[in-house]
Amino acid sequence: MSFGDYMLFIVSAILVNNILLAKFLGNCPFLGVSKRMDTATGMSMAVIFVMVMAGMITWLVQYYILVPLNIEYLQTIAFILVIAALVQLVEIVMAKSLPALYRALGIFLPLITTNCAVLGVAIININEEYDFVDTLVFSLASALGYSLALILFAGIRERFMLIKMPKAFQGTSIGLVVAGFLALAFSGFAGLVGGH
Amino acid sequence: MSIAKEFTKGLWEIIPPFRLVLGLCPTLAVTTSAENGMGMGLATTFVLVCSNLLVSLLRKIIPSKVRIAAYVVIIASFVVIVELMMQAYTFPLYQALGIFIPLIVVNCIILGRAEAFAGKNGPVASIADGLGVGLGFTISLAVLGAFREILGSGTLWGQGLFWEGFEPFTFMVRAPGAFVALGLFLAAINLISAKLEDRKRRAQS
Repeated sequence: MSFGDYMLFIVSAILVNNILLAKFLGNCPFLGVSKRMDTATGMSMAVIFVMVMAGMITWLVQYYILVPLNIEYLQTIAFILVIAALVQLVEIVMAKSLPALYRALGIFLPLITTNCAVLGVAIININEEYDFVDTLVFSLASALGYSLALILFAGIRERFMLIKMPKAFQGTSIGLVVAGFLALAFSGFAGLVGGH
Repeated sequence: MSIAKEFTKGLWEIIPPFRLVLGLCPTLAVTTSAENGMGMGLATTFVLVCSNLLVSLLRKIIPSKVRIAAYVVIIASFVVIVELMMQAYTFPLYQALGIFIPLIVVNCIILGRAEAFAGKNGPVASIADGLGVGLGFTISLAVLGAFREILGSGTLWGQGLFWEGFEPFTFMVRAPGAFVALGLFLAAINLISAKLEDRKRRAQS
């Protein structure tokens, strides 16, 4: 791909096919940690870090272990184990060598194992037959898109405290409706990347 | 608690994803039609019942420190089974649900039930719990799917419902509609349970 293709690819992954709002991956933490801005930022950082690492490692696992041994049907098990092990490893290494970052991301790291966006991106990379560079770019762009949506949403949600709303809508319910409007706003970017 | 109670609690008391707000990704993504919603629900139920049974049988053998990893491996194995079975027998549904079949592995409902229930209770109760929660999830997804399908494409189970020239509200089958529809459903459930509690309280006094 040329440079222009890559730019288009990145914009498409961040804005048009946003992993959270258009592909519906990683919604549990999206609603769970978006009540406050600082937790949303912490989660975003952790997702960017783990998603890129996981994307690369699962790609290597797929093409250097599963395909040569002809056991592609074990993809799901292999990937989730890789991600779980990776998260654990990152946690241990980070606690030793980057204590400041560890304190900031600490509680979000274990949560990421069950964040379906990470496994989802790993599977999309394989399904779309991306090569290694594509995988790297796509994982990073998806993670950035995830962070963008999460931080924007947390910004909106923080202001909920200031308004009066019907009791039935309080909490997750209004959160989902607002996420719907955010998704609507993002779908406005659809015209940017032709024909989607 | 009796076995029947374990079963029925999944249908209203903790019905996912409305009461137990977990497993939102498949809920939002596959409920574009009642059929897809139900297919997803049934696949999840199968994995949930099997993993609950196995977790419950192995609960005394699995060391508690590595239990989450063990649960994930158990769940992943059943997901692979479902994936292969669906590829063989219900290929169109498999294609419609796409990436969300392997993603049943990270559906927090299943891991949540393994951790909160099956790891502490006997196999029969765990099967009842898995069936109840799974069927609750299936019903929720089918109802939500039907709601979105009727409004968004004007059909139910692929059958046209309205007169010719009916203009469907396509917003509902697109991505933003998923969030809004689920939000409205949650609000409705909150409202109903508040009313029910109110009535119970009044009946007591």
